[in-house]
Amino acid sequence: MAQIFHRSTNTLSRVSVFGAVFFIAFLLWLFDAVNRSPYITQQGIARVQPVQFSHQHHVGAIGIDCRYCHTSVEKAAFANIPPTKTCMNCHAQIWNQSPELEPVRESWRTGRSIEWVKVYDLPDYVYFNHSIHVAKGVGCETCHGRIDRMPLVSQHPSLEMSWCLDCHRAPEKYIRPREDVFTMGYVPAGRQEEIGEKLKAEYHIRPTRELTDCWTCHR
Amino acid sequence: MRRLRFAVLVALALASAFCRQDMQDQPKYKNLRGSAFFDDKRSARPVVEDTVARGSLWQDDRFTTGKADGKLVAALPVPLTRELLERGRDRYGIYCTPCHGLTGNGMGMVVQRGFRQPPSFEIDRLREVPVGYFFDVMSHGFGAMPDYAAQIPTADRWAIAAYLRALQLSQRTTIADVPASARPALESPDAPAKAAPLPVDVDDWRRAVDEGPTEPPEREH
Ligand code: HEC
Ligand code: HEC
Ligand code: HEC
Ligand code: HEC
Ligand code: HEC
Ligand code: HEC
Repeated sequence: MAQIFHRSTNTLSRVSVFGAVFFIAFLLWLFDAVNRSPYITQQGIARVQPVQFSHQHHVGAIGIDCRYCHTSVEKAAFANIPPTKTCMNCHAQIWNQSPELEPVRESWRTGRSIEWVKVYDLPDYVYFNHSIHVAKGVGCETCHGRIDRMPLVSQHPSLEMSWCLDCHRAPEKYIRPREDVFTMGYVPAGRQEEIGEKLKAEYHIRPTRELTDCWTCHR
Repeated sequence: MRRLRFAVLVALALASAFCRQDMQDQPKYKNLRGSAFFDDKRSARPVVEDTVARGSLWQDDRFTTGKADGKLVAALPVPLTRELLERGRDRYGIYCTPCHGLTGNGMGMVVQRGFRQPPSFEIDRLREVPVGYFFDVMSHGFGAMPDYAAQIPTADRWAIAAYLRALQLSQRTTIADVPASARPALESPDAPAKAAPLPVDVDDWRRAVDEGPTEPPEREH
């Protein structure tokens, strides 16, 4: 009886057994890459908002402080999204005919909320708190990027757990003086390692062990 | 059979890793999250009429309204300290500079973009008003100026009111008013703008706020 397979298939099958290892490894890698890609994490993708509110205009060009709108960022977990009244402080008078602002005026007339699309959205099983970060010298810019250059807000970091941990393991690489927390485009006045170490001691930042305990963020 | 079951389990485990599970979006309200239950779709509810939220009980009318017996108060209802003034300076920078400018001259960025120009804080009329007037303007607005009651807590509004007095003083202060000990710091070319010492000493301010000054305080050297 003639052989069904040619001799060379022996080698082929050996190669494919060997190759399968790489193939499976490739699949795992692909899985991880997709999981960390902006497609899943939404990193860097600007959301379409009901009003084209531009931080570039309001923060970059006019220089309004973050706290004018995000009023509770220093004292609460939640930074606050401004109510329509805050926009009307200025827009009752200026640009008060602009079609761009019609949804704001409509909200003011009818009392219905403007439904902003949330950009930074941690899973509900994670606890995050703005006030502690602001109090210990973590700048808005460190986590949110150059907001003053964003016509529409997009997510700057991946917001993965590893991103939080990178900093909680070595906060001295990121922290800045408290006066500069709201500054955009901050440049350390010297070597970051030295400044960071000094501030870490001054602000009594807790040891890494405590900051990386699971219950710090999952409670 | 075993193997099939195992394969199915592995497939399920892999598939579930892609899913967003319930713990991701739990059926609870977080800040400002929308609600399907209330008509206005807000989970943040307004204060119920005739009730007082914890911590916002009006205990001292002078403090919460800036008035005593229907008249604006001339003295601060809170102790005047250096911290209060620094807090005031900080808050003034956040909430008032867009229109009034850093020096209070009424030429903030938003005014340069077409908002009605407010008067300078330096004019005599505003130097003579009782300090409660500033508090009142912030709490209820004035003409074209919006009110800031929702954005600035009561205590901070007093800090700003105290700072406005200081700001008015500082605009008519000369180098002669600066205590000799503080002068070198001001005169050195690399005096950092932010950390510059407050130009007049706190006692002058304290007097100024309490009495409502018309003249910069006298100093002898
Ligand atoms: C004039 C008011 C105003 C000022 C000033 C302002 N913001 Fe915002 N901010 C908004 C509004 C309105 C939104 C919601 C719409 C959006 O996401 O663009 C927002 C959204 C954001 C978001 C995204 C929130 C989310 O997850 O949906 C971040 C982050 C943010 N602001 C940071 C900042 C920082 C940092 C500053 C100061 C440098 C600042 N903002 C100054 C009004 C303001
Ligand atoms: C402190 C004053 C101030 C506040 C508060 C403010 N804005 Fe503005 N806004 C301005 C100014 C000034 C401009 C014009 C920008 C320029 O000239 O660069 C502007 C421009 C805009 C524009 C562009 C209008 C056009 O036709 O191009 C939009 C949209 C807008 N603002 C939305 C908002 C929203 C939404 C809020 C509330 C979260 C808000 N603004 C709060 C001062 C303000
Ligand atoms: C340590 C990183 C970090 C810093 C520093 C930080 N933020 Fe955030 N911010 C976040 C995260 C994470 C979220 C998403 C929170 C959530 O979904 O629960 C967020 C959300 C927000 C939001 C949306 C509302 C909210 O609270 O969910 C605003 C507005 C905002 N930040 C503004 C600011 C401003 C202004 C500053 C500077 C004072 C700042 N943030 C500093 C990480 C940070
Ligand atoms: C750039 C640095 C940095 C990043 C990024 C960061 N943190 Fe922090 N975090 C800190 C510092 C510094 C502290 C203050 C530690 C202390 O209190 O001594 C802190 C404190 C906290 C606390 C308070 C702990 C407590 O017991 O009260 C929580 C909760 C927290 N972080 C959650 C998060 C989460 C969740 C993320 C990611 C979404 C995150 N942080 C990202 C620097 C950071
Ligand atoms: C600094 C804050 C922080 C600490 C500390 C922390 N986590 Fe997380 N964890 C997060 C954040 C943020 C996420 C959400 C990640 C995402 O959305 O991709 C998360 C997600 C998770 C998940 C869901 C898996 C996933 O990627 O979807 C698990 C499981 C988890 N954490 C376990 C732990 C354990 C176990 C510890 C202690 C060793 C721990 N975490 C400590 C912030 C933290
Ligand atoms: C959006 C711009 C804007 C902002 C922000 C603003 N003001 Fe005004 N303010 C005005 C305008 C405009 C006037 C003049 C009103 C008029 O004459 O109709 C005014 C007038 C005043 C007056 C004088 C009233 C009088 O008798 O003439 C005081 C005092 C005052 N503002 C205090 C403040 C304080 C304190 C803050 C910060 C909490 C502040 N303003 C923030 C626009 C603003």
